[in-house]
Amino acid sequence: MTPALVVKNVEKTFNPGTITENHVLKGLNLVLEEGDYVTVIGGNGAGKSTMLNAIAGVFPVDEGEIHIGDKNVTNLPEHKRAVHLGRVFQDPMVGTAAAMTIAENLALALHRGEKRGLSKAISEKEKEFFRTQLKQLDLDLENRLDDTIGLLSGGQRQAITLLMATIKKPDLLLLDEHTAALDPKTAEKVLQLTDNIVKENNLTTIMITHNMRDAIKHGNRLIMMNDGHVVYDVKGEEKQKLTVEALLEKFTHSYRQTAFSDRMILG
Amino acid sequence: MLNIITGAVSLGLLWSVMALGVYLTFRVLDYADMTVDGSIVTGAAIAAKLLVSGVNPVLATMAAFFGGMAAGVVTGLLHTKLKIPAILSGILSQIGLYSINIKIMGKPNTTLLKVETIFSMFTQSKQAVLICGGITAVAFVVLLYMFLSTSMGSALRATGNNEKMANAMGINIDSMKILGLALGNGLVAFSGALIAQSQGYADMGMGQGSIVIGLASVIIGEVLYHRTSMLGKLSAVLIGAVTYRIIIALVIDMGMDPLDLKLFTAITVTVALSMPRIKNYLFAKLNTLKKHTNANRSIKVLEKEGKRV
Repeated sequence: MTPALVVKNVEKTFNPGTITENHVLKGLNLVLEEGDYVTVIGGNGAGKSTMLNAIAGVFPVDEGEIHIGDKNVTNLPEHKRAVHLGRVFQDPMVGTAAAMTIAENLALALHRGEKRGLSKAISEKEKEFFRTQLKQLDLDLENRLDDTIGLLSGGQRQAITLLMATIKKPDLLLLDEHTAALDPKTAEKVLQLTDNIVKENNLTTIMITHNMRDAIKHGNRLIMMNDGHVVYDVKGEEKQKLTVEALLEKFTHSYRQTAFSDRMILG
Repeated sequence: MLNIITGAVSLGLLWSVMALGVYLTFRVLDYADMTVDGSIVTGAAIAAKLLVSGVNPVLATMAAFFGGMAAGVVTGLLHTKLKIPAILSGILSQIGLYSINIKIMGKPNTTLLKVETIFSMFTQSKQAVLICGGITAVAFVVLLYMFLSTSMGSALRATGNNEKMANAMGINIDSMKILGLALGNGLVAFSGALIAQSQGYADMGMGQGSIVIGLASVIIGEVLYHRTSMLGKLSAVLIGAVTYRIIIALVIDMGMDPLDLKLFTAITVTVALSMPRIKNYLFAKLNTLKKHTNANRSIKVLEKEGKRV
């Protein structure tokens, strides 16, 4: 079976040839099987977000290849990769259009990657569908379809972004510390919601987190990044048995090797 | 007095088409487009040239729309493909259009007094401009509303509202920006064609400062008629454009030197644009004042109870 995602020898340097030159991704390799739910940890500057952005096509990579399913997307611009990807960002303000209504946002997401023509943006049937989808979020949003998103809280917006990322089933779901900006209780709820949606749709998922406990608790696979590549990759039963202490040990070990000064937020 | 008001309303209706174009770029696309000072004249020049050559006024006015669209496309390409900052892209187009507009007419101005216009074509009434302008303006409000309710219109709004999100939804934001600028300048040029036909001439200098007039209309509309629905917002632009013309007519009637108009408009727009800041500042002041009085009151209560503060 073709893997869901292949990242092969990817290199990325920002601002090459200048004083701020930053070699972030160094020979990054990663293969995801269909249905893998991977949590990603690593210190600041390890290249976690850069990896997600490289997969999403926010910038072109210098070297290497990226395949989503059997499609080579290495040279595709961001908006053309969108058809394959569901994305949720760290900042709850980024994932939704604040001046547009909940229904309008969901309609944009329902047609992700499709040609936008002159048909009506939202049909009545779609509205009904959105209502049932919102009901599953359990945030009392199902009767607020025509409210502008800007009126909602960060947690509500993030939950909607998650729904938008998955309302049209993506080949790959990218979550970039999507609960980091939320208060602990809301974060917990959004994480629970994430688990439910991922399981229900059997989505191949990459979730970056700064919280080691969450990284262990969620998903079937865990990778640790350092200095622009994957330094630790564990899945299945072995992953279930991980402890924060063991992970911290691994982390300190890999970071000593690179003489890279960093701190990790503990779970 | 009634004459002054009807004249102002008629003119406002013609300018409201232009203001709708500015609304599309400035508010929907979040792009301060300076092209309009040039494209409004482009519209006037194209219509004038065609009318003098005997072309049907409706066709001539439609042609103006497409001319404006072309100008918008150029600005959009400068910005999206060559990565020139938004304002500068507009200014470059505007300056370029200055020469092009004269080339279109073949001379700096063209008189339209002896030719049939879109107004004289439909009605011989004295209020032709009021009637035709009103119908056109309302039609454009409805058309624009219909467009913005489509999937494409929705994508355009998302692009102006949150580029990152639009990109993640697979919307080609470069194409959307070019589309928005094309439509916006199309409307502006259409308006220019109408204005030229109502005043009886097209002149290369007639566009100067029109971006500010467009902004004034948009902002006055938002202040006077604040709505959350799209149709309401578009109607507000129409109301704003008409109100602006009435205000101008009144201050001139009250004896203001017409040469001071531009300064007056600039000040009006500045005040309107800075309204949110002024409001915030006043609210903050008011709140600190309240806190102080509350604190003083608490201290007095404590003192009354014989406690040391």
